[in-house]
Amino acid sequence: MPESLTKADLAERLYHELGFNKREAKELVDTFFDSIRAALEAGDSVKLSGFGNFDLRDKKQRPGRNPKTGEEIPISARRVVTFKPGQKLRERVEAYAGAQS
Amino acid sequence: MAITKSELIDRIATSQDQLSPKDVEIAVKLLLEYMGQSLALGDRIEIRGFGSFALHFRDPRIGRNPKTGESVELGGKYVPHFKPGKEMRDRVNHAVKQKKRRR
Repeated sequence: MPESLTKADLAERLYHELGFNKREAKELVDTFFDSIRAALEAGDSVKLSGFGNFDLRDKKQRPGRNPKTGEEIPISARRVVTFKPGQKLRERVEAYAGAQS
Repeated sequence: MAITKSELIDRIATSQDQLSPKDVEIAVKLLLEYMGQSLALGDRIEIRGFGSFALHFRDPRIGRNPKTGESVELGGKYVPHFKPGKEMRDRVNHAVKQKKRRR
């Protein structure tokens, strides 16, 4: 079962490796994710070289269905966030043999 | 419009007054490095209110060299995948709806 990395883990590493105090580390991690989200909320995509791009896509309304009742309900037009991993991240991940080995 | 890593670093540096811009830059680069490292090890990343990153497996397939037309066997591989969290989905979508209403 893979482990999960959380904001607390990231803050812990900044604390250990950069000597930030715990509050600084926690606030920086919060601000990092909040700032990306704020940019997307404002309609800007976010390009993080070496990691990937967070892009926005505007979806048109399309027909949908309630999977339980089979009733047809339109899925309204919406804006969604997509992530396109960068070349470097894709290469790093591709090498992962996984738990099946 | 798109913002880049250095623009993001500037915004973070401006929005707080404890760390120097240089420290913010080092920290942001380290965060991205840790996140990449975790995914490369097959771990998930779960950021509440933001979203989660996980690996998806792509089955092996027969590809084609677009230049020569030759078939090539491509092995299965893992690719990073991001799933926006509920708050991210709501905020990004809500922002659009509000803008439309104002027009």
